[in-house]
Order: sequence, then structure tokens, then C-alpha cells
Amino acid sequence: MQKNGQAAAFYDLEGTLLSTNLVHTLAFYARRQQGLFKTIKKSVGTFAKLPLFGATDLYSRNVFNEFFFKSYAGESEDRLRYFSEELFEEVLKPAIFDGTPELIAQSKKIGQRQIVITGALDFTIDKLMNHLGIDDYAANRLEFVNGYATGRILPPIMASATKAKWMREYAERENINLSESYAYSDSISDLPMLSIVGHPVAINPDFRLKQTATQHDWAILDLK
Amino acid sequence: MALQLRRKTHESIIYIDKDSAPRIMPFGEDFILEDIPVGTRVIYPNPPIKGLPNREAAIRYAVNHPIDAKPLYAQLEPGMRVTIAMDDISLPLPPMQTPDLRQTMLEVVLDMCAANGVDDVHLIIANSLHRKMTAWEMERMVGSTIFNEFYPDRFYNHDAEDDENLIKIGETRHDEPLRVNKRAIESDILIYLNLNLVPMDGGHKSVAVGLCDYESLRQHHEPQTIRDSDSYMDPPKSALNHKVIKLGKLVDEHCNVFHVETAINNRMFPEGYDILTRNEDEFSFMDRMKWETMKRTFGNLPRGARRKLLHKIPAQYELIGCFAGETEKVHEKILELNYRQYEIPVKGQCDILISGIPDISPYNVYSALNPILVQVMALGYHFNMYRNKPLLRKGGVMIITHPCFDEFDPKFHPSYIEFFHRLLPESRDAFYLREKYEREFAENPAYVEMYRRGNAYHGAHAFFMWYWGENGRQHVGKLIVAGAENAHVPAILGWERADNLTEAIAMARSYMGRNAEITMLHQPMIGLCNVSD
Repeated sequence: MQKNGQAAAFYDLEGTLLSTNLVHTLAFYARRQQGLFKTIKKSVGTFAKLPLFGATDLYSRNVFNEFFFKSYAGESEDRLRYFSEELFEEVLKPAIFDGTPELIAQSKKIGQRQIVITGALDFTIDKLMNHLGIDDYAANRLEFVNGYATGRILPPIMASATKAKWMREYAERENINLSESYAYSDSISDLPMLSIVGHPVAINPDFRLKQTATQHDWAILDLK
Repeated sequence: MALQLRRKTHESIIYIDKDSAPRIMPFGEDFILEDIPVGTRVIYPNPPIKGLPNREAAIRYAVNHPIDAKPLYAQLEPGMRVTIAMDDISLPLPPMQTPDLRQTMLEVVLDMCAANGVDDVHLIIANSLHRKMTAWEMERMVGSTIFNEFYPDRFYNHDAEDDENLIKIGETRHDEPLRVNKRAIESDILIYLNLNLVPMDGGHKSVAVGLCDYESLRQHHEPQTIRDSDSYMDPPKSALNHKVIKLGKLVDEHCNVFHVETAINNRMFPEGYDILTRNEDEFSFMDRMKWETMKRTFGNLPRGARRKLLHKIPAQYELIGCFAGETEKVHEKILELNYRQYEIPVKGQCDILISGIPDISPYNVYSALNPILVQVMALGYHFNMYRNKPLLRKGGVMIITHPCFDEFDPKFHPSYIEFFHRLLPESRDAFYLREKYEREFAENPAYVEMYRRGNAYHGAHAFFMWYWGENGRQHVGKLIVAGAENAHVPAILGWERADNLTEAIAMARSYMGRNAEITMLHQPMIGLCNVSD
């Protein structure tokens, strides 16, 4: 950790700065398959897997990620990238919390670098990052072979402790002072990334994170 | 001897003798009964001045017969842009029974606006860096009819971080900037509805402080200004007041302010609880029954429930005067009434000052009185309620009674938690804290958002609360907390602790001598001691 570097603001994305989660994105792509039959099949399949997604997420964010992204297997890279703009306009942009732009603006006002660390897929959030004025981001990357997704995620998988590890390495590389930095998340799974900065903040927290934040006197924000 | 001691020098001052009853003292959300040493001078609040029989008529008369200004109706024209600003929930204390005085003032003024064809009216709560009031609190303050008509588009809290809706109107000759609420200052007329509880309130402070931003506020809410205020409850001797007047004159250059000020009596509690402000020696059988009932009720409730119960008891304040017109002239009239209600002539300072800390402060309405607020009540408000000279001799001992629990409300006072646990263990020096940390807290994005979107006090507010106790801290030799339930809160605040009042008095006497003069402020009270030699 650098002692005198710049301060930064590290944000989790979904549930923290916007109301959507990974399933909304998957459902968006499911509705945009080639042909009506494939669209219905994919949409119904996604809907049917919802309880399983929920259960694996409760068990472990890493297990969830491995299982969840398999749903993208067989999707063409061109198609995924082509619809990413529509995804931003129709799904992500309307889901930005009212308080998100204010929070980022205040953070920028005091000279903090803006960084998002998310389990979402990189190509799905590129436009969103520009829109929010984020300086850097780390997201999950799908593996593509011959232009088609294999359903695997290229390491490192951005979740839990991996986010904290990435932050430490980033801070070392970019001369960021973590003691002066802020981290924002809505989920207890991000406890590692919240724990390594001087100013952890819970945003719209789940029950367990709210308990943790209260016990540790962390600020609790509602951006809705 | 006893007879001589018992002789009253003023109706609000009594001396404890061998036959005196024990005294009721606040102890946070509870009340305790304590035997006070013989010879102790106990100061009670003055009896309430009789309220005006028709407050609506009094307010209407004031706005129709203003001081150094045209009557309000003569200033209103169709198509005008009017803003009505009013004090926030920090006044009065405890919150008064409904209808709140602000509701009555608003009813009079809004009627007048409507009658004169003024449609463009906004109601703004001048909360400055205080927490924003909740919708429920706002409705309680103005009544449901006005609330339903104006909320939320035309009835809202001032936002000291909303750059788009703030405007810098200038600087004083000492380079103190003033940035205020744009809507208010750009209105054709700004009507301020004030409810004056203590002499520190009202006057130019209403607009220049209530509607300003952080940069403007930090120019006078700082340790040196507070040190130079002797005291801030005595406006002519308050450096804080002098600075605010300069800013107020700037406001007057840019805006047509029509000030409506009210003074209230000190009928703090409804019947049943009124025994808390009365001389225990004069209790009747019924009064003792009331006390026993109250004590048993409170004694059987957990702290949270006691707090809720206390916060549900509305004050019974009554209007004793209303004036309108030019800010300074109006304020002078209101101060006269304040002094008439609150001033208690006291002969001689004391060596040991005892003051119970009740769960009543401007900053914990509907939440906990956290350690920083206990500090501000003791060294800020209770210490500063004097004119001429402090009630406590320089270097004397102050004894307070409070559990000093380590409890903060994370929604209302988030920055206080960090201030108390992170900063105070490093230093209690107000100048050092201001220099090193105040801006960091003020600009903390999480605190800013919690202030803007939630109901949190501004990030810098914890610092202001610390500065607020600065002249008390410089003056008091030692502060002992009787009944503190832990050791670390008094230690962090730089105080000593004792298990009970008897032990605290023994400790104080060991510092000040066996013949130390003891005075007790019979809290809860609003009283201004005019101390002479």
C-alpha cells in the first residue's frame, strides 16, 4: 500500500450504483436470440434457473459466477457486443440510482479516481462506465473461441476476495492510497474490498452487510 | 442559620438547608432524586410569563404593524416571487404541541399572499447544515393542509450542498464569503418566520446562517469565534453574533427580508411533568405522587422506550410576543422578551457547578443524545447560559449527571461516530481538529450524500459541536460525570467520572476545598443567569 498516493473511490456496480443485477443482463440477451423459438427457449430457460442462481449466490459468489456464466455458452461475440448499446439504453441507464451521479460528482470534486469493480461482463458495461464518468474498471471477461462464448470466465473472476486482491495490485501499480480511499458496495460478499480501505461505505446494503456496517460504524447510504 | 439560608434572594433561587427535600435531576432519559449538600444554591427556571390569549391576532397585528418596514400586505403584489423560510426542528425544545407556532404564522402569511394575488410561494426550512426534516416532521410543523398543498415541490429543506441552487452574494470586509439559498435570495421578498427560544437564535442568524452553505458557515463556526464569545447567549458580547450581523447586512443589501419573530414563555412541560421544573420543597402530596408514578414508569422501561416516551411529550410553550419588519429592530424587541422570561439575577460565581443533562438538545430530536451532544449540552449550552460573567469561577469544577453511553444514531449522526472514535483519541484540540480534519469530513462523499438524500447532519457538524464547547472547555478546570456507565466515554472527552453525585461532589471538593461554593442549575431549564459580584 502506498502511503502518500492519490485517494480513489472503488465501487461495486450492480445493486450499488444501479438497481439491476447480472440476471437482468442475461434476460435481456435471452430476449434477443435469433428467431422466435430460440428467444422463447432461452427466456424460459433463464427464468427456470432463477431459483438455482439465487441458491448458488447464497452459497458462494464464486460458485454462482461459474454456474451463471455458463448460460452464455454458444452466444456469438458479435451479437453480444452489437446489443450492448441497446442494453445500456434500455436496461442499465434507467436503472441508475438517483443518487449515483451526485455521489460520483462529489467524489470527483475532491479529486478521487473513480474505479468500478464488478462481476458484470466487460462489454456490457463499457458505455455505462463512460456515461458515469468512471476512470477505470475491472469486470469479468467471457472466454470466446472462434467468436463464440464457451461459458467460462477468464481469470481472475471478479468476486469477493479477488476484488480486494485486484484493488491492492491496482493501488500498488497506480500509487493509490488505500487508507484514504473509499469502497462502496451493497453486498456482504464484498466484505474483503470494503475491509481494505480507510472509508468503507455500505450502499442499500443487504441484511448481513447492514449488520456488519452498523457494528463497525461504517456509513450506510441509500441512493435510491 | 437555616432560616437565613432559606431566605430567597430571587424567586428562582433557593439555598439547600438541613430540612430541604432531595432534588430531582435529569440523568439522560431518566430522572434521579439526589440529596444536595447544605448551602448549595439551586437555580430554577423563572415561572412562565402568561401567554397571549390570541396568538393569531398577535401575529396578524405584527405583520400589519411592522417595525421600520411597510406592512406585509402593502409589499405583496400579484405575480411576485415570494419565499417563506422558517426555523427547523431544532427549535423549540422539546418540539411544541400542535399547532406549532410556525403553522399559525404560515396561515396568517399565506392567507395574506393569497389575498394579494401572490401564487409563486415556496416554503423553505432553514436547516443550514442540520439534518433535513422528515416528511412527517414537516407535516407536524405546518399542519396537513399547508403540507398537502406545498409538499414536496414548494415545501422543502434547504440543501447546503446543492451547488445549482446556491448563490454567492459577496464577502464581508474580513473576506468571509456568504453563499446562500438562491431561490430565497432572488425572491422579490423573503419572509422569515422565526421562533426564538434563546437569545442566540433569531435576528440575522436566521437567514445568514440558516440558509447558507458550509464554506460560509465555517467562517464563524470555528474555535476562536467561540472562545471570543462571552457568552454566545449574550449577543452584545458574542463574537459569533457580531460576525453574523455583518453577514446579515450583506443579505439585506441583496434581498428584501421581512422578518417575523416570536418569543415564547418557558412552559416546557405539560401538567404531570411540570414538577420537573418546580421547587421540590413546595411539592404537595399530589406532586409527590406524580413524581413516584413517573419514576416507576421510567424505571421499568428500557432506555430506548424511555427516550421514545420523552420525545412524545410535547412542550406547552405559549406565545408571549410577536414583532415583524426590519431584522435588527425586530430582534431587539424579541430579545427584551427573552430576557424578561429567562434572566435570573445571580450574585457571585460558584466553585462547583452541578448540572444534570436531560435528553433534550437541539440536535437529538427523535434520536439519542450521543457523547458529542452530551459535551455540547454541558460545555456549550449549560455553561453558556449566562450574561456578564460565567456562573462558574474560572478553573472551577463542573459536575454533570448522565450515563454517557457510547450510542450514536447512524442515520442522523454518522460523522459524529467517526469524529468521536477516530479523531478525539488523537486530539481534543479544536484548532488542530479543524485544521487537519474538518474539510475531510465536510467533503466525505458518503456524509454529503447522507446529508443530501437522507436525514444526516452534515459531515462537518460534529466539529461545530466540538467547537461549541470551546469556551466552556477553556474555562472549566475539571468536568466530572456522575453516573457514567463506562470509563472510556468520559476519558475520550477528557473528563473524570464518578459513580454517583455524592462521590462527584467529594472529588470536586478535594480539588476546590471544603468551603467551595456549590451551585446547581435545576435542569431541565431555560434560564439565563445574569451574574454579578
